[in-house]
This record gives sequence, C-alpha cells and structure tokens, in this order.
Amino acid sequence: MIRVVLPAPLRVLAWIEGEALLPVPEPVTLRGVLGALEARYPALLGTLRDQVSQRRRPMIRFFACEEDWSHQSPDAPLPLSVARGDEPLLIVGAIAGG
Amino acid sequence: MSRMSRMSRIRVLVGTRKGAFVLSADGKRNHWEISGPHFPGWEIYHLKGSPVDPNRLYASQSSGWFGQQIQRSEDGGQTWAPVGNKFVYDGVPGTHQWYDGTPHPWEFARVWHLEPSLTDPDTVYAGVEDAGLFRSGDGGQTWSELSGLRGHATGSSWQPGAGGLCLHTIVQDPSDARRLFVAISAAGAFRSDDAGLTWRPINRGLKSDYIPDPTAEVGHCVHHMAMHPARPKVLFMQKHWDVMRSDDGGENWREVSGNLPTDFGFPIDVHAHEPDTIFVVPIKSDTEHFPPEGKLRVYRSRSGGDEWEPLTQGLPQRDCYVNVLRDAMAVDALDPCGIYFGTTGGQVYASADGGERWAPIVRDLPAVVSVEVQTLP
Repeated sequence: MIRVVLPAPLRVLAWIEGEALLPVPEPVTLRGVLGALEARYPALLGTLRDQVSQRRRPMIRFFACEEDWSHQSPDAPLPLSVARGDEPLLIVGAIAGG
Repeated sequence: MSRMSRMSRIRVLVGTRKGAFVLSADGKRNHWEISGPHFPGWEIYHLKGSPVDPNRLYASQSSGWFGQQIQRSEDGGQTWAPVGNKFVYDGVPGTHQWYDGTPHPWEFARVWHLEPSLTDPDTVYAGVEDAGLFRSGDGGQTWSELSGLRGHATGSSWQPGAGGLCLHTIVQDPSDARRLFVAISAAGAFRSDDAGLTWRPINRGLKSDYIPDPTAEVGHCVHHMAMHPARPKVLFMQKHWDVMRSDDGGENWREVSGNLPTDFGFPIDVHAHEPDTIFVVPIKSDTEHFPPEGKLRVYRSRSGGDEWEPLTQGLPQRDCYVNVLRDAMAVDALDPCGIYFGTTGGQVYASADGGERWAPIVRDLPAVVSVEVQTLP
C-alpha cells in the first residue's frame, strides 16, 4: 500500500484521518498515485492538479524521501521505499505569506 | 414578495475570507445563533439557498492552494457535501484583454456567485472568474457553460477590473424564465431573453470616464444590480461611480445618484415590500474604499433614487474604515422588512425596521464577502 500524507485542509475536505493508504499498480508513479487518490476520494478532484490538463496546481508540492518531485515527470517511477510503503509521499501546500 | 409573519425564522448566510457562517433568529430578530465556521480557512465567496427548497444550500468554497469546490447542504447548512467542481469553458476558450491590453487566455479562477433557480432546486447558475456563466441542472454535480455570453462579439475586448474579470451578479426575471441578467467587472451588464443561449450588452446610458469612450457598448465596471420581483422591468445598479436605474429591463439607464455623499460603492438592494425603496452604502474611492469621514452610513431612497437619506442609528459614526462588498447586502421578507450587510471588518449589521435602527448580529468574523438572507416559514 502506498502511503500519502495530505495537507490538513484536504484531509478535512475528503474526510481522511491520518495517512491515506492506497493500492497502486506498478510501476508506482506520481500519476498513478494521484489517480488512485482521486478515485478513492473524489472530493480531491481538482485540488492537486487540473482536471483537464492534469497539470499540478501551482502551490502544490510533492516530496518523497527528502527530495522534491514536483518538477519530475508524473510518469517517472517514485522511489522504491515509497513504492514499498516504507516512506510516505508527502503532498504539501506551498508556504506563502510573510 | 409575500409578507411573512413574525413566526417565521430568518437564516442569514455569510461568506467570509476564512469560512462560512449561518446566523439564525426567530421573526423578532433580536437573538441570534451563530453556526460556524463551516469550511474554516477557505474563502467562501458566496452561499445561497434555493427559493424552492430553502434547506438546499449551495456554497462556493475556494483556495489559492487547492482551487474551487462547490458544497451543497440539504439541511439548511448543518451538514455539507462537495459536489462537482469541474468548470471547463466551452470549446476553444480564446482570449480576453489583459490589464495591459494584450490578449490573455481565459482561465477559470473561482466561482464568485451562485444563483439557484427560482423554480427548480437542482438548477443553479454560477458566475465565475474569468467572466463566464455556468449552469448545473443536477444539483451542482456537473456544470456546462452558457457560452453565448463569453462568445459575444465583444468578449475578446473585455478587461478585468481590480478584482479580476469576474461575473459577480446574476438576476432572474420571475415573470419570464427565459430572461436573465448578469453583470461583469469590467465589461458591464448583459441580458439574455432565451434562457442564456444568446446575450447582448445593456449599457446604454452608462457613462464611465475611466474608459476611452465613456459611453461605449462595453467596458463599464458594474458593481452590482438588484430587482424587486414584483417589478422585473425596473433594475437598479451600483456602478464604479454612479447609481443607475432602468425602467425598461436594462434597455436604457439613467443616473439616480442624487444627493449621495459619494456615488461610489458596491452593494445595492431593494426593500422587500416597497419596490421604490433602495439601499446603498457610499464608499470613498478611488483608492480608499472606506466610508467617507469614517462614518458607516447606509443610504436609503424611497423614491427609487435621486433623493437619499442617511441611516446611521446604531452604526459607527466615527473612526470606521471598513468596506461593504458587492454581494454583502440582503433583505428578508418580513414586515417590517429586515436589511442586513456585512463588512470587511467582520461585522454583520441588521435592521429589523426598514433601516431606521441597526445593531450588529456578530462583530468579529473574518472579512465578510457575501450576505444572503432566507425567510423561512
């Protein structure tokens, strides 16, 4: 199971307590994880990526194993430790403000 | 508008920069219960109930991080569930003008205003930024653009106002289900006589010195429009300077600013039982956007404009520098009529006697963006 940590406002929106645990077919990619996440929790549609273009929303970031995956291809395989469920995929709302 | 009894209940729906609040009272309107924040931390541009099924509410919830959500309640705002949030412009969207006059692609940003149908609780209109009109016939699950508006021949020349290129006002004609009015900042007012299929600008008589041709067909920064349901050919408008009136469904407008201390402002509304009694909140502009002299005053005209009187009792008359935004004023259907407005300082003021005396229902909410009122049996 893939572990996904979401920003608190989205956990409230989608009624998720703690981490979201998702079965994702291999190879485990960002596109695959987001697709599984949106299928399980339709309230998240449009909150992380545009529903038509599938482009990441500007103030959303994807972190895995202490690396920023936000600018990687959504079809690139995520780190093995994320694919095995040892480490979570972190979805983060970018810090903005003073 | 029927004169409901004092046994009725009032529900005030308040959208703020950081959540929604539902304020409830009995017909005396003395003691209020405050529910919320609903959707804490999210911007709630607007929420409104169905006239057919008052417990069916729609809310526009948005965030710079997470985009647009539409929420629906079936129990008067006690519980909510997200519905559809896919707003896709019809066809190839093309461009409008950007602030600097260059072409800019139409990009959906948020829903400014939700207008439930007068006859069907599952039908609701959404006015969005960049300016477009969407319709849902399934309770908000799916949305389709009424693209004849944005596709009007002038569409590519529309420019945003300071708040964006937003469709913020939707008015339905209760005597003709095919007639709709909308207002766009800063394109102007438009009317459809075929249920939203085709549109035409209705800005004759408007004069805006901030555009190259002050009497142009489009380009006017209309802030809000209001209609009394018993007299649907009469429209009132608060423009970016000038209060206007039309007696022929928007075909022609004339200025009725009269003796207002400033004819700039955002909201305008009509008394529930007196179609010629209207309310505005004059605001100092162009840059200040707070009440003149630090005095928060509602101005009332009982003659449909031109002659105005300040309403001050219970409102702060010194050191008040809040604003009242375009969708932040509403009336109830009781007799005497109640008038409500919210401020960017987080107060919601109410008058239960047609505007003579005012008192805050609540003082310390986040900045208020919208206020709607339901009069419940």
